[in-house]
Amino acid sequence: MEMFTTLFSIALGAILVNNFIFAQFLGICPFMGVSKKVDTAMGMGVAVIFVMGVASVFTWLVNEFLLVPFHLEFMQTIAFILVIAALVQFIEMFLQKSVPALYSALGIYLPLITTNCAVLGVALLNIQNGYNFIESLVYGVTGGIGFLVAIVLFASVRERLEFSDCPKSFEGFPIALITAGLLALCFMGFSGLKVVW
Amino acid sequence: MNTVVTCVVILGVLGAVFGLVLAFAAKVFAVEKDPREEAIAACLPGANCGGCGYAGCGGYAAAVVKGEAATNCCAAGGEEVAAKVAEIMGVSAGESVKMVAEVHCSGGGADKSKYEYMGIHDCLAAARLPGGGPLACKYGCLGMGTCESVCPFDAIHVVDGVAKVDVEKCKACKKCVDICPRHIISLEPYKTKRHVAIPCSSKDKGPAVTKVCSNGCIGCGLCAKACPKEAITVTDFLAKIDYDKCVGCGLCAQKCPRKLIVIDGKVPVIKPKPAAAKPAASAAAKPAAPTAVKPAAEKKDESKQ
Repeated sequence: MEMFTTLFSIALGAILVNNFIFAQFLGICPFMGVSKKVDTAMGMGVAVIFVMGVASVFTWLVNEFLLVPFHLEFMQTIAFILVIAALVQFIEMFLQKSVPALYSALGIYLPLITTNCAVLGVALLNIQNGYNFIESLVYGVTGGIGFLVAIVLFASVRERLEFSDCPKSFEGFPIALITAGLLALCFMGFSGLKVVW
Repeated sequence: MNTVVTCVVILGVLGAVFGLVLAFAAKVFAVEKDPREEAIAACLPGANCGGCGYAGCGGYAAAVVKGEAATNCCAAGGEEVAAKVAEIMGVSAGESVKMVAEVHCSGGGADKSKYEYMGIHDCLAAARLPGGGPLACKYGCLGMGTCESVCPFDAIHVVDGVAKVDVEKCKACKKCVDICPRHIISLEPYKTKRHVAIPCSSKDKGPAVTKVCSNGCIGCGLCAKACPKEAITVTDFLAKIDYDKCVGCGLCAQKCPRKLIVIDGKVPVIKPKPAAAKPAASAAAKPAAPTAVKPAAEKKDESKQ
């Protein structure tokens, strides 16, 4: 039961309290870039969940069985970039052959995520927080869910912004940045959440 | 020193392993692409104009190979490309109808404006003004050449305050159709011989049209009555041609009281009716014959040029 509580608090933290975008400001590039339409935002979000989950598993394994035994923890960043890049490439090839439906659904977003800092961030945070294998997996997947929630919320606001009557100098990107800031402020309301068992 | 060595070794091995795995995966998971797709993409114009309705030439090539698209959808390439694509796919090309953009305004009211416009020389900007721009006719071409600036084929130009399409250069990419704030440009099937057009978009009643335009359609319906094939219909005081039925006889153009209807881009010289010219039958009939022949001869010369 205690493990369940830990996992639940990790999940809650990743989705709401320490949301990757609104609290940690990781993965802002795709957040601003592909949030013009809810459809594309959804595609990006699902792809991020997928890659973050798989990446946290593999980086945890590489860290635990390769870097730690050789006392090379300072090489984490470089090693993880290598792992994530190779992993995404491999997944792309695998999906194209085996699950074409999923491949066409994720489409262009999959290779885009290779250099997403949220993915590298989740890998490094797993190690920093001292998570075990299961916890890393949960943190990765729920971190992705947090990203999905954030980008879909933002995209639906942005769709409406298109038709709003805002001052000329704020049209487009400036008002989008302000909106993102306001959303981040809203998410600060979650910072008091805590799971007590 | 030792750490540096292990560092290099570990990362080197890691990179090498990943490299090998990826190289292996590329072989195992290689997806066979239809070679016809590349061949088709190679003979398409490559302008990615989107006139076929797919995302660029590559998208169209993929759709053809899948069997979703016909082989003659490429408007920019025309029949030549359609034939090549059909040859690659191993089917007969079929006849592709040449589509061209048509401006539904003759510019008869281009000189009549409600007020003096001093803004940016751009239709999109002018159309946002109260009353939809300075032009007195609220349906007419604003003549500021926004269509001209988006045309990738240099096929549309503003002449005497109204946009004119060069049918030879037009590739039916729809760029002008999409950008025109008045929505008076549309793609129409182009008859290479005797193409009849009614260049007006005004849905106003007759008196309102005559006030703002020298030859706009008043919806009198004489053309519709004159047409032997029932190819012309009048709705909202505006005559429209159904090109599936039109045979290019030009009877409508002779009847039009506004001299609006054009054949091959020109208002035809109207033959005086033998019946109407009864009082001076012998005098009028003789000169009438050469005038009727002349325009036809002129047209032949044009088509050769």
